[in-house]
Amino acid sequence: MAEPALDTFPRLLLHHAAVRPARPAIREKDLGIWQTWTWAQSLEHVRAIACGLAAQGFRRGDHLAVIGANRPRLYWSMMAAQALGGVPVPLYEDAIASETQFVIDDAGVRFAVAEDQEQVDKLLEVLGECPRLERIYYDDPRGLRHYEQPQLASLERLEALGREAEGRDPGLFEREVAKGRAEDVATILYTSGTTGHPKGVILTHAAMIATGRAYTEFEKLTADEEMLAYLPLAWVGQNLFSYSQSTVAGFCVSCPESAETVMTDLREIGPTYYFAPPRVLEALLTQVTIRMEDASRPKRALYRYFMDVARRVGGRITDGRNVDGGVGFGDRLLYALGDLLVYGPLRNVLGMSRVRVAYTAGEAIGPDLFVFYRSIGINLKQLYGQTETTVYVCVQPDGAVKPDTVGPPLPGVELRVAESGEVLVRSPGLFREYHRDPGATAEAKDAQGFFHTGDAGFLDADGHLKIIDRAKDVGRLADGTLFAPKYIENKLKFFPYIKEAVCFGHEREMACAFVNIDMEAIGNWAEKRNLPYSGYVDLASQPAVIELIRDCIERVNRDLAADAKLANSQIRRFIVLHKELDADDGELTRTRKVRRRHIAEKYATLVDALYSGADHVFVETQMRFEDGRTGTVSADLRIADAKLYSAAAARPAA
Amino acid sequence: MSATVLAVDGISLAFGGVKALQDVSFDVHQSEIRAIIGPNGAGKSSMLNVINGVYRPQAGTISYKGRTRRRFEPHEAARLGIARTFQNIALFRGMTVLDNIMTGRNLKMRSGVLAQALYWGRARREELEQRAQVERIIDFLEIQHIRRTPVGRLPYGLQKRVELGRALAAEPELLLLDEPMAGMNVEEKQDMCRFILDVNDQFGTTIVLIEHDMSVVMDLSHRVVVLDYGRKIADGTPDEVRSNKDVIDAYLGVAH
Repeated sequence: MAEPALDTFPRLLLHHAAVRPARPAIREKDLGIWQTWTWAQSLEHVRAIACGLAAQGFRRGDHLAVIGANRPRLYWSMMAAQALGGVPVPLYEDAIASETQFVIDDAGVRFAVAEDQEQVDKLLEVLGECPRLERIYYDDPRGLRHYEQPQLASLERLEALGREAEGRDPGLFEREVAKGRAEDVATILYTSGTTGHPKGVILTHAAMIATGRAYTEFEKLTADEEMLAYLPLAWVGQNLFSYSQSTVAGFCVSCPESAETVMTDLREIGPTYYFAPPRVLEALLTQVTIRMEDASRPKRALYRYFMDVARRVGGRITDGRNVDGGVGFGDRLLYALGDLLVYGPLRNVLGMSRVRVAYTAGEAIGPDLFVFYRSIGINLKQLYGQTETTVYVCVQPDGAVKPDTVGPPLPGVELRVAESGEVLVRSPGLFREYHRDPGATAEAKDAQGFFHTGDAGFLDADGHLKIIDRAKDVGRLADGTLFAPKYIENKLKFFPYIKEAVCFGHEREMACAFVNIDMEAIGNWAEKRNLPYSGYVDLASQPAVIELIRDCIERVNRDLAADAKLANSQIRRFIVLHKELDADDGELTRTRKVRRRHIAEKYATLVDALYSGADHVFVETQMRFEDGRTGTVSADLRIADAKLYSAAAARPAA
Repeated sequence: MSATVLAVDGISLAFGGVKALQDVSFDVHQSEIRAIIGPNGAGKSSMLNVINGVYRPQAGTISYKGRTRRRFEPHEAARLGIARTFQNIALFRGMTVLDNIMTGRNLKMRSGVLAQALYWGRARREELEQRAQVERIIDFLEIQHIRRTPVGRLPYGLQKRVELGRALAAEPELLLLDEPMAGMNVEEKQDMCRFILDVNDQFGTTIVLIEHDMSVVMDLSHRVVVLDYGRKIADGTPDEVRSNKDVIDAYLGVAH
């Protein structure tokens, strides 16, 4: 008899449970100890949850909302829904109630799985407005003992119901899995969307498995990889790397104990396969920098010396181009010594000693940040893709990494650059459509099946894709020269002192910026200088801090001056903001991208002041606290000028 | 109505000429959260110190678990399932969070010093059991990320939480909290409130707490005792106490 095709996730699970039943499938750190479930055990849980859901009336095509952190039971619930021909819809755990309500309503969710009391409370809050939501199951019973809502039950109870149901009807699970088809919907992922409501991206089993397989082959992943799942499940990257690829390749995924313990957990697991968005890599580097500044003098000198060596030759050595890259014997020897004294221990502290493949994506990464990781011997690579392409478009290949590009198109991807500069993609991993939004689907996917990414970019001489900015964000200054705000913001954000930056300049005579200080880094800096401050607002308004930021901006200006096309977008005036930009206030998306247009509207007085020539401006801003209450902060902000550079002045420094 | 677990009857306590407590009586029911409030110097901490035997009152009795005495020795109180936290944090600052909470398990250990030093046989088994229990508390209080951090390096709010953890480690039946929220910001206070409610709910622990912040007390407790200048001036549910004229006077200040 022929093996059934491994073309749906539940079939892959059955396959692993048969082929490698005793190998670890998923781990979770609980009570300080790593608990492991094998593929066979995972299957039992999935089977129980699936049968339980079926007994509770979950039908083919039904949607199951999954809300919470990376937890084994949540992974099993997603798989169980797929086994029944249903569709898991993961939600961002830090979404506020109204965002959650939108998705639950839009997706027509009848069943939901929540991690804990916090998420259950959120679902109960929207229950009134979501009449179709029938049942809520929770993983962690803490604090829920006295909840008496009839909709509510624990996953444990659901599993018990499932085992009973299976006792009455053995083979239920296998029969349901057999009904699944590759072109069934595997999941709906809601994109955070920099404008308007989130859109539900429909991905099929075929698309997700094709992508998982392609990555597995491209990076030669095996069943022995280790990965730590610490990013939101609702984000396509986490879904792809920890759910799809683990199920395709059969490797083990580990769930951290809590969001705060990720660093420790990372060191304990020692992943071989790692993913981090630039902001996480940035935060790690900021931590390292801060700790090195606190180190003793000889250690600081050692660090500085060997980091210089790494910057000079490390990238080429990591690329494996020691010889043809022209790294001399002396430098190789020095680098080996540095590896022993600095890079090795540093990789260990970062939890990346065993990393074979590390990816970063989601936002453009500052070249200096990127080069830092590669130079200390971590094979960090950029990849490019969106939820709609199951993040499968371009990856930098081993040995040919160019920091300012995202690499050539992956096998199976057709890539075109439209006349407008927009990047178009067609591949087997493409989404089917937006959920209940044919208008948006038609806009994003053309008649030939190409997806319009909305990113502006071009292919360089080696066929590597270089992304400049969002196509709609690339603007022009009043004099007609190119203005790429994100490009400048990213340059600014590379400084450890700057957490967020927002640049303005489209159709204006000059470029200006808002800057958010990094409380941790600047707080530490201020402490060292015995600079007293009472809190964020106070720190952000200290003249010394503004000087510090000015210095960063001027260094960026010098960089920009070196590039003829961008020399005119040097930042002339800036404001250090009195409050941190926050997703709760709608200023950032849930994946922490700045919503430039919204910020420009909300802080119109500040933008006007930047362009009016005033030297200070009074502002009062509403902000939302974590518990949903709102308050206001007010401050008198100084508007500072930055020095501009001519192309000639920039050159010797660059 | 649930059973009374603790009753103090006619307690008077004086330090020389200072009368800290004068003829104070109240009772605490099984599994309730009972607050003692009052302005500065009202005798709240003294009352707590009388309950767990730090002070010996000049008059009155304490009944706990069917025993009625003038005073329970502190170690006896601990053995009978009374644990407490302090107004000024009393932790071992150089030790990690984990070790600090482990000290709270000391009473539960049965193996001898020698066996413990050798980490052998029963001592080893015991240590593992105790550690598992401590990990449950760490999980409960959501302090996994600072497990290995020396307490002295932690911010104040977290230190308070660790202190609660140490008290919980003794698996108390009666938990005395001395101003658990003093000096905290709004967010830390909310966290602490939730933990206190969870302790009460999850383990059924009876809690007596002293607190300054009126709004916190009113939201948290089932019944409230109000002290002023060492005397009890009101006793009842938060609503009853809130509308009591003597209480309003004591808090707003009226010439005595």
